[in-house]
Amino acid sequence: MLQVILKRIAIAIPVILVVASITFFLVRMAPGGPFDAEKVVPPQVMKNLNAVYNLDAPLLVQYKDYMFNLVQGDFGPSFRYPGRSVTEMIFTGLPVTLELALYAILIAMVIGGVAGVLAAVKRNTALDYIPMTIAMIGICMPTFLLGPLLVLFFGIHLELLPVSGWGSLSGDKILPSITLGAAYAAYIARLSRGGMLETLGQDYIRTARAKGLPEYQVILRHALQGGLVPVVSFLGPAIAGLIGGSFVVETIFQIPGLGRFYVEAAFNRDYTMILGTTIFFSALIIFFNLLSDIAVLLMNPRARSEA
Amino acid sequence: MKNSYIYFFFLISLLGCSKAIAPVDSALDQQILHFGNGSEPQGLDPHIVTGVPEHHLLIAMCEGLTIANPKGGENLPGVAKSWTISPDGKTYTFFLQEDAKWSNGDLLTASDFVWSWMRILTPSLGSQYPDMLYYVKGAPEYHQGLTDDFSSVGVTAVNDYELKVELTNATPFFIKLLSHYSTYPVHKDTVLKHGTIDDRNGQWTRPGNFVCNGPMNLKTWELNKEITVEKNPLYWDASNVRLNEIRYYPVSNESTEDRMFRAGQLHVTNVVPLEKCPVYIENENPDLRIEPYMGTYFYRVNTNHPVLKDKRVRLALAYALNRKQIVEKVSKCGQLAAYSFTPPGTAGYEPDTSISFNPELAKSLLAEAGYEDTSTFPVLEILFNTQEGHRKIALAVQQMWQQNLGISVQLVNQDWKVYLAREMTGDFQISRAGWIGDYEDPNTFLDTLRPNRGNNKTGWENQEYDDLLAIANSTNDQALRYEYLNQAEKLLISEMPIIPIYTYVKAYQISSDVKGWYPNIIDTHHPKFIYLER
Repeated sequence: MLQVILKRIAIAIPVILVVASITFFLVRMAPGGPFDAEKVVPPQVMKNLNAVYNLDAPLLVQYKDYMFNLVQGDFGPSFRYPGRSVTEMIFTGLPVTLELALYAILIAMVIGGVAGVLAAVKRNTALDYIPMTIAMIGICMPTFLLGPLLVLFFGIHLELLPVSGWGSLSGDKILPSITLGAAYAAYIARLSRGGMLETLGQDYIRTARAKGLPEYQVILRHALQGGLVPVVSFLGPAIAGLIGGSFVVETIFQIPGLGRFYVEAAFNRDYTMILGTTIFFSALIIFFNLLSDIAVLLMNPRARSEA
Repeated sequence: MKNSYIYFFFLISLLGCSKAIAPVDSALDQQILHFGNGSEPQGLDPHIVTGVPEHHLLIAMCEGLTIANPKGGENLPGVAKSWTISPDGKTYTFFLQEDAKWSNGDLLTASDFVWSWMRILTPSLGSQYPDMLYYVKGAPEYHQGLTDDFSSVGVTAVNDYELKVELTNATPFFIKLLSHYSTYPVHKDTVLKHGTIDDRNGQWTRPGNFVCNGPMNLKTWELNKEITVEKNPLYWDASNVRLNEIRYYPVSNESTEDRMFRAGQLHVTNVVPLEKCPVYIENENPDLRIEPYMGTYFYRVNTNHPVLKDKRVRLALAYALNRKQIVEKVSKCGQLAAYSFTPPGTAGYEPDTSISFNPELAKSLLAEAGYEDTSTFPVLEILFNTQEGHRKIALAVQQMWQQNLGISVQLVNQDWKVYLAREMTGDFQISRAGWIGDYEDPNTFLDTLRPNRGNNKTGWENQEYDDLLAIANSTNDQALRYEYLNQAEKLLISEMPIIPIYTYVKAYQISSDVKGWYPNIIDTHHPKFIYLER
């Protein structure tokens, strides 16, 4: 197991460096610069700004300087927000995004897991068709539609919950968490149903039933562990996707998370911020994939022996 | 099982919620204004930032020599309680409020302005607004590095409460410039405690460090969430400030902002969503405000283009547009059809120009230019940045030119920065543009089209136009000055390097609880006059 982890980390480092290099040159190839504005910056001022941010050096020199600082953990200053470092901005937005992702994944796991298991156990009944139809709708419905719909209903018509914010007004975390979690709940429902159906057809389940175990024990003690393996392998990329893809929900609900910084950085050509967030997200994706692989190894003896 | 508890908790929380008290209701007693501020400000250093959200914050926390009049018209005293102007209009003497203080209790003196203006003119600071002070004698030379002796710049502290400013020419709108945040003073010791005079990344603007001299003080700043300012008891006019707190929310999504207003989370919004504006007008939404705004939406023409360099072609394009139809059927939010570059009513200036909707005249001009057979006219491109409103206008223009002139136009939409880069390098034929005045005077518009101005971008140069503006801006007689500016404006419209389409309006929602808020063309609502009452 330790060998597997070390191997993965050894691969991760060059991957991140390659991602950083490609991103560095891609953002520089994009037309427009960080200080371009509708009111044109006078040439003298532009010269000064380029000098302040080392943008007047040859591109390869800038690349060398950036990579040198990067390996020391310095992402540089934000071009858009003078006085703020990229690291500071990432660590300001990250806890919020992580919290949002955590609530969303919990909602997704609970709703999706229960619906999926129930659908598998009660196969070809109303308890199968109804949750699966809802799941299909959930997968198809984009967050930019679901979010405003929930806000209109719970926030504006019923006046039960705040329509925006994060940690400012009581209950303001509920709607964004549900909005972000809904699509993932739907995926998990379908995955857990599939996994459970496959497991319930295995010989060891038949043996358990033949021993006379009550059905709930067969499911909870024997079927669940195998049935949820596809869900667990989905969780790694799902959490990474939740963190990276939270931009829409953060915008709809006015949440100060990392997703908004990431997308706005691209629009603003905030070079260091684009690079910093891309590298950071890459590292997160690698980390969560690794976690999910470890969990699968722990849950699945076959995978463990293959590893 | 643990997860099931959380699910249960969510359900209970949801069901257990009773109707919440809206923040705007609880704000009344405490005099807390909830303000939709558009986007996250770049920062709070008045010498570095540019932009409207920053402007809203800085007029609350800092103050220049004058402040914009909330009811429009001449500026009001700020740090300067009065001033005198020499007969030739070139020397201004400001007498400062003797009880003006910084928020840390230090006295604010004339030398603070001298140091602050030296800072914004320091080339290595990379300020984007040094040109606001270019009217001061010696300021451009200092900023451009031609001299490093600041004593050559025409700003002197005569004593603690008297500031003398010498200008290169009589600049009748100089007093108006002084309410712009780029001319605000900054607290020298605080700036230097956290960096050097030219440090863009100094930490002096952080809560706890920030020292300034306005009616409000920085209390908290949570990135992308909220900035809170509270009443500054040391402000010289604190007894007239009624708000205790303002909370600025950087809500960049217009629909989110609209929902926040409807749910009672905001007193004032920054904008109204494009699609909602006509609906609100039709439903007579009592909170909707549509007010004239000092900005012009226009199409910029690249006069270096082989076809568009002919002014008859440019005029034909302008006469073939039905502006009234554009504002009534396309933009649909109270915008006013524009027949001049400077919005009418800017500081009492009324441009005497017209651009008729005359397809026949347009066709004959095109024929005169050699395009009687319009099938020989090349396909032109309209460049615009990706936004639904711009696309709709471009579609309408495309159709009008097709219908009235028989020419084809292609629409090209680009990401904001790509659009800017193409405009700046002259890689366009016709592009959408907008210009919002920096200060209330026609010069803020007309100056942009003088030769060698970076914001011209059309390639159009006209010596007579340049001369008229130069004469206008060196005369002290306002009526005569406006006459020269009007002549320049007429010349501009007769050459049409830009095709005006509409004058902007400021459309937003405001709660009826907000008092002391007056419509004005520069959309400046100084917090010291605002209060809440139901």
